[in-house]
Amino acid sequence: MIAGTNTIYIDGQEIPFTPGQTVMDAALAASVYIPHLCHYPGLPPSGNCRLCMVETGGRNVAACIAQAAAGQEIRNNTPELNAARMAITQMLFVEGNHICPSCEKTGNCKLQAMAYHLGMLDQHFSQFYQHRDIDASHPDIALDRSRCILCDLCVRASRDIDRKNVFAIAGRGIDAHLIVNSASGKLADTPIAATDLAATICPVGAILIKEQGYRVPIGQRIYDRRTICETGLQEHIAQQRRDQ
Amino acid sequence: MTTDHQFKRKIKIATTSLAGCFGCHMSFLDMDERLADLLKQVELDRSPLTDIKHCGPCDIGLIEGGVCNAENVQVLREFRAHCATLVAVGACAINGGVPAMRNYFNVQECLEEVYLRGSGITNPQIPNDPELPLLLDKVYPVSEVVHIDYFLPGCPPSADAFLQLLQPLLAGQKPVVSPSRLHYD
Amino acid sequence: METREHLLHRLQAIQRQFRHIPPQAMQQAATDYQLPLSQVAAVVAFYSFFSTQPRGRFDILFSNCTSCGYLVEGENLLQILCRQLQTVPGKTRADDLVSIDETSCIGMCDHGASMLVNGIPITGLNLEKLARIAQRVTDAIPVQHWPVEWFAIVDTVHRRDLLLAKHPVPGSALRQAFSQGAGETLAIIRRSGLRGRGGAGFDTGKKWQLSRDTSGNTRYVVCNADEGEPGTFKDRLLLHEYAEELFEGMTLCAFIIGATQGFIYLRGEYRYLLPQLQSALKRRRSRGLLGARILKQRNFDFDIAIVVGAGAYICGEESALIESLEGKPGIPRIRPPFPVTHGYLGQPTVVNNVETFIAAAHITVHGADWFKAAGTTASAGTKILSVSGDCGKPGIYEYPFGVTIRQVLDDCAAVAAQAVQIGGPSGALLGPAAFDRTLAFDDVSTGGSVLVFGQQHDLLTIHRNFARFFAHESCGFCTPCRVGTQLLQNTLDNIAAGRGATADIEELQQLGKIVQRQSHCGLGHTAANHVLDSLRQFPQVFPNRMRSPFTARFDLDQALASTRRITRQNDAAAHLDQHK
Ligand SMILES: Cc1cc2nc3c(=O)[nH]c(=O)nc-3n(C[C@H](O)[C@H](O)[C@H](O)COP(=O)(O)O)c2cc1C
Ligand code: SF4
Ligand code: SF4
Ligand code: SF4
Repeated sequence: MIAGTNTIYIDGQEIPFTPGQTVMDAALAASVYIPHLCHYPGLPPSGNCRLCMVETGGRNVAACIAQAAAGQEIRNNTPELNAARMAITQMLFVEGNHICPSCEKTGNCKLQAMAYHLGMLDQHFSQFYQHRDIDASHPDIALDRSRCILCDLCVRASRDIDRKNVFAIAGRGIDAHLIVNSASGKLADTPIAATDLAATICPVGAILIKEQGYRVPIGQRIYDRRTICETGLQEHIAQQRRDQ
Repeated sequence: MTTDHQFKRKIKIATTSLAGCFGCHMSFLDMDERLADLLKQVELDRSPLTDIKHCGPCDIGLIEGGVCNAENVQVLREFRAHCATLVAVGACAINGGVPAMRNYFNVQECLEEVYLRGSGITNPQIPNDPELPLLLDKVYPVSEVVHIDYFLPGCPPSADAFLQLLQPLLAGQKPVVSPSRLHYD
Repeated sequence: METREHLLHRLQAIQRQFRHIPPQAMQQAATDYQLPLSQVAAVVAFYSFFSTQPRGRFDILFSNCTSCGYLVEGENLLQILCRQLQTVPGKTRADDLVSIDETSCIGMCDHGASMLVNGIPITGLNLEKLARIAQRVTDAIPVQHWPVEWFAIVDTVHRRDLLLAKHPVPGSALRQAFSQGAGETLAIIRRSGLRGRGGAGFDTGKKWQLSRDTSGNTRYVVCNADEGEPGTFKDRLLLHEYAEELFEGMTLCAFIIGATQGFIYLRGEYRYLLPQLQSALKRRRSRGLLGARILKQRNFDFDIAIVVGAGAYICGEESALIESLEGKPGIPRIRPPFPVTHGYLGQPTVVNNVETFIAAAHITVHGADWFKAAGTTASAGTKILSVSGDCGKPGIYEYPFGVTIRQVLDDCAAVAAQAVQIGGPSGALLGPAAFDRTLAFDDVSTGGSVLVFGQQHDLLTIHRNFARFFAHESCGFCTPCRVGTQLLQNTLDNIAAGRGATADIEELQQLGKIVQRQSHCGLGHTAANHVLDSLRQFPQVFPNRMRSPFTARFDLDQALASTRRITRQNDAAAHLDQHK
């Protein structure tokens, strides 16, 4: 048989896929890392962060939402794509207020880990200095919108897994922001619990569980020990639930 | 080709701390015995370590801290004018860092909180001595005020990271921060 | 037919009544529509014409388009009216009388500076008219009692061709289709080479075929009358004077694909056309041209509902439009699947531009050859253009495809144009060297907007205007567009403020490419076109402003203003020079 009715090629490497799989699914299953922040296997893909942009047929597509198609030649780990990924990461940094030394998520943060992975030394763009609201109303969960990258993971987790529909993203353009589904707009008035997927899936330090700060000291945290390319291959909602 | 002459001339380095905590400088000193080797090749110009007040022509300038007041702007410009290569060192210089947490509030709120409403204040008034540099409305990254050649992240960057930056620079090469050393905390 | 009032309509009614959407009203809507409150709140936050803070009893929105915007011959009409009414842009006056703000192009580009007052357009603004408006607002004279001629919108058609010359007899296309059958009618449309008139130019017959061939419980026909591309107003004319043909074309499409429900998604700025469109629909129903058993065809029921948008350019993108039809924020969907197979409520849906449906009706009456006789091989038929800007004869022009830009410029009496923007801000910026190029899908493609810029225009001002438009209209879903369009705006504003650095040229280039290549939908893909075009064709526009290789990225002296005030210092040491 000619290499694959059900094969795609990522940077020349042959990768099998099952019909209906996205390029991302197929790549992860074959232990090929495609950078991503807004995707979490087990949740429906969104395609908003644009870090997983790969090139195929002269076009750039988001691997997490593009269907794999037989014989497709895909470029992933190229200098141009990685440069674009770096710029997008820097955009996320300047859009919010990311002061890593004062953030409890440091070392466990995927935005930061992505920046490490891409070799980001500075933010390049001018800071936006946005003012975004903090919600500390909930006894167990804090929401600091300054660090939210609008990845929509908490929205999907709460809607599709927790079935509580606690979050939504509202507002257009740079005014886009995370809102909470309660009359007061506060987390305390929602049924969210610290054990919910929505409370723990945030890739950055926007949703934090209270009273756990710095249990693992800086220097011994996830991305102090491993890279995001390693951890990114092993994530799945089912696993996350079991670990809880 | 490197000539003897170039070896003999000591590389001039200036350093300063703007809106920072001197932590980056402390970390620089953490190079310990390696500092001795370094000082064979290097001569310090303006720096908190020398107490020289103004920067002469230098090869390398290291800036710790972000830009929070008018004096910071002037010092930073002096460094840019005199240093062939200017490096932003540490989280504060690169994106404002911890001092930039005041950016969540406007400068009036900050001053009132500190000088009028804060605890244990006896004679509440916002200082306005002309000797005191005026605060900028925000704490800015140094790269928003002058052109920066290299960035050394970390809070603070480790002594090893400093060495990894300086060794190639002293040899006239482009420094590369290895990904395993990359840290923003 | 939809029985329940559309969520957007409910919210529009609340906005009209309370001049904002109060929290209780959102809660009530959430209950009534069985939606999460957060979804209703997200809808309110998404559309420009909804607000959570009360607007004035006279709510004035100036268009900020380069053609019908408030900057007229060096005067800023918005600022002038604000001064006259002692208020500031974006804030409702303390006594609730008036609020003044700006909004994206309202499609009155052939009528000079224009505004919406409580949603109704007033065009041809000048200082004198402004003073009279200010007086009426001050005297609190209800808008219904303002001079009627202020609200008259005259369509000026300078050139008519296939579609604008004659109205077909209502029902004639349908009769033809019924007699020859749906299959044959579709074959004729396919043979005509008709391509979509909304911008993308997709083969219309193929789209209808795809939808017809897809299985689904039901199918929908949607007319895209969102016309949000600045400088485009040809659909305004078509909806106003050619609505009969539009309905005919939609009904024809329904017959071919097997749909029973159609929608016209009408941009909120064109709400003033609603009563007239509604009565035209009613008339067709009474003539048996809409409703159950159209023209007594036993198996053909079809009706059309109009859904009015609420101020969001992105809702012109077909999948965002469908989201909006479903009562959600207009965030473009993941495509594929495309609307033809998974559209409104997941069912096969044909979305076409107003002009496309009208062309299809004509083709059915006159035949494929009649249509193909005009235009070029790859671009059959004619294109209706909206021409505005620095020209003597702004208005509507219908040309066969293949017309040169030069011809259009001559006909509209543009003298020594410096540049033209074809297809609106998302289209192409072209200088005189390109004026012999033609308007066609395989040359310069356009949804119908032609903006003419004379020598007196500063291109940087135009770029800033466009950049601001995209940053404001970006739906915010994906990073490169949400942040990148804002960065483009900031960079251009910085250059205009004298803070440009030579490195900004490279910066604009890189940034532009990232926005163009990495974004999720057509808005992002095209948002940087104008800048990238300019860097290629007008390289002097940007460097002319740049004083040095580097300047501080923000206004240094301004950054000291607060502390100067607080400490009451104002000597030399209390200032910083930007360019030292
Ligand atoms: C940001 C954006 C705005 C658009 N606005 C409109 C519009 O106002 N009217 C329109 O007909 N098509 C618009 N389109 C194109 C539509 O997505 C779609 O291609 C078109 O309605 C299909 O109709 P057609 O094939 O008849 O052109 C827009 C596309 C994008 C990406
Ligand atoms: S969320 Fe991540 S990137 Fe942002 S401040 Fe915290 S650790 Fe840094
Ligand atoms: S709060 Fe966290 S998970 Fe939710 S959208 Fe923001 S970054 Fe994503
Ligand atoms: S490109 Fe812009 S408008 Fe389109 S989805 Fe992304 S943010 Fe929204």
